[in-house]
Amino acid sequence: MNKPDIREVLKERILVLDGAMGTMIQRYKLEEEDFRGERFKNHAHPLKGNNDLLAITRPDVLKAIHLQYLEAGADIIETNTFSGTTVAQADYHLEDAVYDINYLSAKIAKEAADEVTAKEPHKPRYVAGAIGPTNRTASLSPDVNDPGYRAITFDQLVVAYKEQTKALVEGGVDVILVETIFDTLNAKAALFAITEYFEEIGKELPIMVSGTITDASGRTLSGQTTEAFLISVSHAPLLSVGLNCALGASQLRPYLQVLDKKSEFFVSAYPNAGLPNEFGHYDETPDKMASQVKDYLEEGLVNIVGGCCGTTPDHIRAIAQMAKNYKPRVAEQEAEA
Amino acid sequence: MSISPLKLSGLEPLVVFPGSNFVNVGERTNVTGSKKFLRLIKEGKFEEALSVARDQVEGGAQVLDVNMDEGMLDGVETMTRFLNLMASEPDISRIPVMIDSSKWEIIEAGLKCVQGKSIVNSISLKEGEEPFTKYAKLIKRYGAATVVMAFDEQGQADTYERRIEICKRSYDILVNVVKFPPQDIIFDPNIFPVATGIDEHNNYAVDFFKATRWIRENLPGAHVSGGVSNVSFSFRGNDTVREAMHSAFLYHAIKEGMDMGIVNPTMLAVYDDIPKDLLERVEDVLLNRRDDATERLLDFAESFKGDKTIGKVKDLEWRKGNVQERITHALVKGMADFIEEDTEEARLMYDHPIKVIEGPLMKGMNVVGDLFGAGKMFLPQVVKSARVMKKAVAHLLPYIEALKQEGDRSNAGKVLMATVKGDVHDIGKNIVGVVLGCNNYEVIDIGVMVPAEKILAAAREHNVDIIGLSGLITPSLDEMVHMAKEMQRGGFTQPLLIGGATTSKMHTAVKIEASYTNAPVVHVLDASRSVIVVESLLGDKRQDFEAAIKAEYEMLRERHLSSQSHKEYLSIQESRTNHVPIDWNGYQPTKPSFLGLKELKDYPIEELVQYIDWTPFFQTWEMAGRYPAILEDEVVGVEATKLFKDAQAMLQQIVEQKMLRANGVIGFWPANSEGDDIQLFTDDTRSHCFTTLHHIRQQNKKAQGQPNLCLSDYIAPVEVGVKDYLGGFAVTAGLGIEPWLEQYAADHDDYNSIMLKALADRLAEAFAERLHERVRKEFWGYQPEEALANEELIKEKYQGIRPAPGYPACPDHTEKETLFNLLDATNRAGITLTESFAMLPTAAVSGWYFSHPKSKYFGVGKIGKDQVTDLAKRKGMDFEVMERWLSPVLNYD
Repeated sequence: MNKPDIREVLKERILVLDGAMGTMIQRYKLEEEDFRGERFKNHAHPLKGNNDLLAITRPDVLKAIHLQYLEAGADIIETNTFSGTTVAQADYHLEDAVYDINYLSAKIAKEAADEVTAKEPHKPRYVAGAIGPTNRTASLSPDVNDPGYRAITFDQLVVAYKEQTKALVEGGVDVILVETIFDTLNAKAALFAITEYFEEIGKELPIMVSGTITDASGRTLSGQTTEAFLISVSHAPLLSVGLNCALGASQLRPYLQVLDKKSEFFVSAYPNAGLPNEFGHYDETPDKMASQVKDYLEEGLVNIVGGCCGTTPDHIRAIAQMAKNYKPRVAEQEAEA
Repeated sequence: MSISPLKLSGLEPLVVFPGSNFVNVGERTNVTGSKKFLRLIKEGKFEEALSVARDQVEGGAQVLDVNMDEGMLDGVETMTRFLNLMASEPDISRIPVMIDSSKWEIIEAGLKCVQGKSIVNSISLKEGEEPFTKYAKLIKRYGAATVVMAFDEQGQADTYERRIEICKRSYDILVNVVKFPPQDIIFDPNIFPVATGIDEHNNYAVDFFKATRWIRENLPGAHVSGGVSNVSFSFRGNDTVREAMHSAFLYHAIKEGMDMGIVNPTMLAVYDDIPKDLLERVEDVLLNRRDDATERLLDFAESFKGDKTIGKVKDLEWRKGNVQERITHALVKGMADFIEEDTEEARLMYDHPIKVIEGPLMKGMNVVGDLFGAGKMFLPQVVKSARVMKKAVAHLLPYIEALKQEGDRSNAGKVLMATVKGDVHDIGKNIVGVVLGCNNYEVIDIGVMVPAEKILAAAREHNVDIIGLSGLITPSLDEMVHMAKEMQRGGFTQPLLIGGATTSKMHTAVKIEASYTNAPVVHVLDASRSVIVVESLLGDKRQDFEAAIKAEYEMLRERHLSSQSHKEYLSIQESRTNHVPIDWNGYQPTKPSFLGLKELKDYPIEELVQYIDWTPFFQTWEMAGRYPAILEDEVVGVEATKLFKDAQAMLQQIVEQKMLRANGVIGFWPANSEGDDIQLFTDDTRSHCFTTLHHIRQQNKKAQGQPNLCLSDYIAPVEVGVKDYLGGFAVTAGLGIEPWLEQYAADHDDYNSIMLKALADRLAEAFAERLHERVRKEFWGYQPEEALANEELIKEKYQGIRPAPGYPACPDHTEKETLFNLLDATNRAGITLTESFAMLPTAAVSGWYFSHPKSKYFGVGKIGKDQVTDLAKRKGMDFEVMERWLSPVLNYD
């Protein structure tokens, strides 16, 4: 499907990213057999909770959720591939399914995006291939007694990320999104893999990067400040850099201000629906979240905005309604001759 | 066009934009530049090594240079480990890292460890455009900035024109071809010494300034950096002038646009505080303002010489002093020219010749001892002082004898020294003997390969106060434990000192001290410590010292126990499944040009000289630092240069007078691996296996993707049907050394004795290196096209390895016997083995040749009981005997 280049659209308006996939999948109350489907009927390990697998076993569920977000006004939807690396799938002993998970997930999202774009050609919809952090950290030791130990190496991450990228690109995504980065070295391995893969196929897609500030210290899990994080990933030709997860919209704002000031790339933000309550649920209402996002918009902090954990199509609808009344952020030229 | 700033990061950002202050790069976490750091890394004291890094950050370093380029270190592993440890120290990792290495694989290993944006130091066009482009692309992909040296295929740039030509060419390739961000390029246009007395060097600083300005004006975005202390090398020892030169240099360089650099903040004067007359002369030199600038600064510099400075002027002014002053001068300077006449003059002044020793000579030696203790004199100087002392004493002896009062001479104490049974290495022991002798201790040296009962008998006979044991090879560790037990059994009460290359404080604390409880057991790290230890043990502070040592060793034992429980080991079966993955399909090993043996008799020594690796030579003399940088080292440079000159002179004598002979033998055999063993076949039909080699596999738990190495992994397994080969060699360069050593001993010349032994050792290593080269290119011929400079040979840049039995990759000494039998080394090369498998002559090297491109040096580390059991079975040896040979590598007690 012919769509305008996302870079051009971003100059004109704020684009809205979709919300949480996990929150929506929970509503379907899927059981072990839903996750297994026909193909993994006899798999030796439990698979319930392996959401990424649904691309193979319950594509209908994923597509329905994508359509709800698109209908709510999302310009960009993410593939359901947060754990789609051999590293993360090793927990389920499903390393062999990684290609299919990513390829099919991309296809499903693309189908949904194309259907809606066909209906509303003035508002083209894009698919971002989501690459998660994996469950291991390359610059932190899991063993307190041996700070020099690493459970995974840079090289191993590059191999895993490259496989995922290949499958996402072949499945037809428009953009690659490296998200929820809590260890910048993992992200650097992902960027290494992605750019190496692009060079091999002689084609480049835009790359979005989104880090996670874990708490009020204002740093990533691996200890970097927002600006240090930005500098550490700026060698790649990025479409956007931003922050997601861990914090609610208002707690995220000071760090977005840093990105707004320092980033030469477009800036994105997709916070959680507030902080989890005592039961571990996110309960910030769509209106409340939208009112906090409004502060971003008034300050001109962002080019892309959406939701992470706990957000639903209602949250995205409220944000989209609000966003269309504001101008996108314009990158400040740093005052150096 | 607007210029982006250079942005770097650790946990926090560092942004360098035009107008930023000069960025100061911390230089002490560099094994080539800091002796202390090198020692800590070598000894595995990473905690302390981290504190060096922390001190740098607290001291204001904005970037931390990390360099692990040392022949004895596994650079990739050490860089990875240190950077990983640094990453877990937020107060260190907050600043960006400069990953410094001359080897790409070490740089790349570093790049894989840092989450921030670091600086690579360095790449250049030295090896042409292809590797330069390739590395730059990768650096960009890893997300780092890079230092680019002004170096190309023709060499290092030393003029303005060459500097700008190379920098421009590098810049164009980086920016236009690689699309490297120009602001991430940092040029190092080479800071060279000025005022060297060589006219061609006069414009070096000016050329650097001009090149810096040119780069900043013509290569948009690029930065300029450099190592500043280089500029003042010709004024080593004169800190006032050096500090003035550094700050004046920086003042001008920064003005011209240098914005980053490696600077030692303690060696920097405040520009405005430099006396005007000195500044004028310094700037005359730096800016090459007048023809006589160098001479004028040299003359003027004399007036700033501190007492640290060693006079360059070779006049006889000192002869005008009184006897004591002259004797002290001769001892401190190690000059024997006048010592006999001065001693004679002193003898006539005293009523008894012994008083000359107790008086002026000891007074002079005390000055030497003080200077040595304060780090102002170095070992080679002290040995020369001892030579002068011995000559003076020799002059007095006949007079003392004549008065029949020998024995009068009161000593501070008697020390018995020996190299233990099975070991023949004695350079270190002799050095300790000299140093103790200089401090008025009577040293009774009973030589090498001394069995325990003989040492104990000598201790009784001479009624000594202390016993010192030395050893270099690992089986000597066990012999020392045996000695300790025998001392305990025999009811001895003398303190026991332990020293030598394989000994350690940890081994002493855990194994030896436990066996001998009657008196203190002390590990002595090097000769300079020996005096302090002996003094403490024989003086009135013995109890304090003893208590302190006991407490320290107790702590070490506890740490040893706790560290043992931390390490994880695999079973030998698990380790074997994690062997080196080599795809043998389609691999075609080169067949050696002959099978069987080849002798090399009377190998020309002059051919070996250029293959010498000098760094260990300086280590023998307890001078740490890499050659050739050590010659310019701020602390030991002057003495290192003298020592090096003496070594060159003796080398010439060795060649001209054929003082030493070099023999060697090499062999190649058809080989295939079978598990951890390697089978050798009589011929290429491979129907008859005539010898089996037994290798040891690493058992420590590895990070994912890291194999458990064993040398047999590098030989094609029997079952894949690939015709593989293995080689072996034994060489010596020490034949004929004995008569010379005897002559030096007769002349009381420890200096030349130690020098000759050290050089013979170096020549043997050089022989091994040269032979390995010829093996690769010609005898085996698997790398016929190889062309490497000696520096690259030393850094082992070639394909294939030559590990030696008894060393980390194959720690089982008993395999040396197999090697020697295969080579018929005793008959063919004249090298014999002692019962502990030490080689005689000591200047000898032996080992295996492996040719596979993946083969590399490694350490087996500690192994488990299961492997020892298995190995004993494979070798048909008693388990206990096997265990004893392997005791240094067991992961259990």
